[in-house]
Amino acid sequence: MMDFLEEPIPGVGTYDDFNTIDWVREKSRDRDRHREITNKSKESTWALIHSVSDAFSGWLLMLLIGLLSGSLAGLIDISAHWMTDLKEGICTGGLWFNHEHCCWNSEHVTFEDRDKCPEWNSWSQLIISTDEGAFAYIVNYFMYVLWALLFAFLAVSLVKVFAPYACGSGIPEIKTILSGFIIRGYLGKWTLIIKTITLVLAVSSGLSLGKEGPLVHVACCCGNILCHCFNKYRKNEAKRREVLSAAAAAGVSVAFGAPIGGVLFSLEEVSYYFPLKTLWRSFFAALVAAFTLRSINPFGNSRLVLFYVEFHTPWHLFELVPFILLGIFGGLWGALFIRTNIAWCRKRKTTQLGKYPVVEVLVVTAITAILAFPNEYTRMSTSELISELFNDCGLLDSSKLCDYENRFNTSKGGELPDRPAGVGVYSAMWQLALTLILKIIITIFTFGMKIPSGLFIPSMAVGAIAGRLLGVGMEQLAYYHHDWAIFNSWCSQGADCITPGLYAMVGAAACLGGVTRMTVSLVVIMFELTGGLEYIVPLMAAAMTSKWVADALGREGIYDAHIRLNGYPFLEAKEEFAHKTLAMDVMKPRRNDPLLTVLTQDSMTVEDVESIISETTYSGFPVVVSRESQRLVGFVLRRDLIISIENARKKQDGVVSTSVIYFTEHSPPMPPYTPPTLKLRNILDLSPFTVTDLTPMEIVVDIFRKLGLRQCLVTHNGRLLGIITKKDVLKHIAQMANQDPDSILFN
Amino acid sequence: MELKASVDYSDSPYRLDIHEGALDLLFKGWQGKQNFEDVRCKCICPPYKDNSGHIYNKNISQKDCDCLHVVDPMPVRGPDVEAYCLRCECKYEERSSVTIKVTIIIYLSILGLLLLYMVYLTLVEPILKRRLFGHSQLIQSDDDVGDHQPFANAHDVLARSRSRANVLNKVEYAQQRWKLQVQEQRKSVFDRHVVLS
Repeated sequence: MMDFLEEPIPGVGTYDDFNTIDWVREKSRDRDRHREITNKSKESTWALIHSVSDAFSGWLLMLLIGLLSGSLAGLIDISAHWMTDLKEGICTGGLWFNHEHCCWNSEHVTFEDRDKCPEWNSWSQLIISTDEGAFAYIVNYFMYVLWALLFAFLAVSLVKVFAPYACGSGIPEIKTILSGFIIRGYLGKWTLIIKTITLVLAVSSGLSLGKEGPLVHVACCCGNILCHCFNKYRKNEAKRREVLSAAAAAGVSVAFGAPIGGVLFSLEEVSYYFPLKTLWRSFFAALVAAFTLRSINPFGNSRLVLFYVEFHTPWHLFELVPFILLGIFGGLWGALFIRTNIAWCRKRKTTQLGKYPVVEVLVVTAITAILAFPNEYTRMSTSELISELFNDCGLLDSSKLCDYENRFNTSKGGELPDRPAGVGVYSAMWQLALTLILKIIITIFTFGMKIPSGLFIPSMAVGAIAGRLLGVGMEQLAYYHHDWAIFNSWCSQGADCITPGLYAMVGAAACLGGVTRMTVSLVVIMFELTGGLEYIVPLMAAAMTSKWVADALGREGIYDAHIRLNGYPFLEAKEEFAHKTLAMDVMKPRRNDPLLTVLTQDSMTVEDVESIISETTYSGFPVVVSRESQRLVGFVLRRDLIISIENARKKQDGVVSTSVIYFTEHSPPMPPYTPPTLKLRNILDLSPFTVTDLTPMEIVVDIFRKLGLRQCLVTHNGRLLGIITKKDVLKHIAQMANQDPDSILFN
Repeated sequence: MELKASVDYSDSPYRLDIHEGALDLLFKGWQGKQNFEDVRCKCICPPYKDNSGHIYNKNISQKDCDCLHVVDPMPVRGPDVEAYCLRCECKYEERSSVTIKVTIIIYLSILGLLLLYMVYLTLVEPILKRRLFGHSQLIQSDDDVGDHQPFANAHDVLARSRSRANVLNKVEYAQQRWKLQVQEQRKSVFDRHVVLS
């Protein structure tokens, strides 16, 4: 396809911004390069070393990506942990410690009041030297809101001034990039720096967002930046996307401490093509990243995530009913959230609301902070809330959720029987119900703002609260009505029957599944969080139920919905095309349009070609033998034509506007005293894909998906008839699904 | 053994005196006067008979992390010790305060640098350019789309600097090209709402 005897002109074979790559060309280019290296390696030792190092460069790149992602995740975790507590006070025993670490070595911590220690001073203690009284409460309130607003303002200003691509979650755009789209700068170094710094600020400001989605973006930026060190990946867009898939796996791995879950998430949610070689390399990158994070040890005790589950109490078969109820709740909430969030984001795109991003962020932060401070469960960071909800109450836990009445004489081992709830539990239930309502409402307005925002943690929080409420309800039901048939047969009196922490975990999985429509990856991530296989069945039951309920109410997950909202040219790989249209119904030109713009193989001049280029906006032109026969020779891209003609005008002697361009092997016979001809065969794709006009569209869509085509030529009886581009296919699918086909924006 | 009903911090070195300035205390805090050992064994013992609950911390190795080594002085005698210790929960924990300190310092310094650069770009540079190139040019090249655009005169400077070629101008050229890129990104994201709704 490419003539290797001639030096390739720089610029040929690269792509414009907001264009799709040509997967077939990139892959065959890589195969050519590999074949050349392998052939040369037999010649000299140096070439042999070169070929071996080329093979290992992929693994070295994975190692570097894992190290960099792990270190950045450690930086983000430690800084976010510290800055979140900065809203409430400061540690005079060491300014860089947050509340928990401040009281770590303190000798003044008592059994009753485990949170207080003299080294940690709240703002009211610093300003007015006391912590009691109404005035101190007001001072604390005021400082909390002030810090929250300051962090949010810094975050949105940094995003606006330095890297506007750093806002949002990043996963919809990464999905589109991995399917072949090019967004220059989206994975660059400024986006990386700003995303890391502002993610910490956004999380610390108390807004209802998480950091898992942005961590995937950060990891992919690391992958993209490190690709520039290796020639093999810098020049080839298809190989680079393999590396990005692995980097996305590393990102999820450090977010949840779940390497296998990360690989499966990359496979299921983010990647478009996932060859088997990438599977092994992704796993390696995810492991290295998790290991790096573990050695940084951000939370102490070698935990990778704040909300690690450590209990192993068994569950009972009748509990599947409440688990399925949680699944239904998760599905309902997921469908509701997607619909309302997309409606709000559409409003932001189309109305005046979108013109004031800074003001919007400040207003939402102010509302969140003002409503969050009075309730202790909204005041603490969402990760801590989830951690507390997942916690199984032991005898020595002092939180309000564990305020049960201990009416037993002996404690055998660590197993506590079901106990009646004390006053603390009832008040905690009320507060948690209010937290649930607040989080459900405020997350709709928070996701999609112009700061880095993730969705996993708020969804898990909503599910965990619902699950814990249901779990405590079931527990008290089992205690007070232990003579009912259900409880009698499964629960013996005085034994630990219901574990509310497990309900919280199942609820979290259900809500996360309802919003993102993850299946396998969700269950594996949760299973890696718990460290055991005991809870796989409840998790799967809840995840499946929530996916079915959510799919019944709305077709797509949150990321696909955002892709559709933004109009990215993303050809969905999972859906079947179920209509009976033919290729000729979709191809261009349509019946009343002018004929297809073609180039002939040896009878057009430079001037003709330049005028065609300036008059039309097509990204490529078919080349035919002659206008009468319309027999296909190949396909040439607009960008390559422009670059080659410009280069020829500058460098080749005698090429003028009346020079003839030819795509054949040898120059056509020219009369004497004509200017020299210009050979452009090396930019011609001699093997374009063609279908006949009677090919069913379902086969055409399948070809586009499987091969990653940008355009496909349509022939009739061997003559060129028209062209189908990816944009046409997307418009057709949208039309068939009764959506607005004009919402597909990019070319 | 005397029972303390409430904790009195009046003799703690960390209590704040009215006349000890907050700045002074922050400076002391930065030095980290307390001796931070990064390893501890934490034992939580619930109330037992007439003893109230207590938390014991000790810097001890992992194999010695149990009730008998850590609870000191033992509040009960003789055969009660075993019963008391059975109720206690001991956990070995470690952390790295150096890592935390270094990470926070790195983060705050990067944040500080970015904030300074942002202030320079949005406030200082337009004032400097106005003084150097005259008032009229700035107004001409300003795209007015709502908020103030920090990189509005990038085109101008790009055209001018193409003629000279030494290191400083290469840096300035790269900087102006970056500013153009950011301006394009800002247009797509904030103004036309084409990417990232």
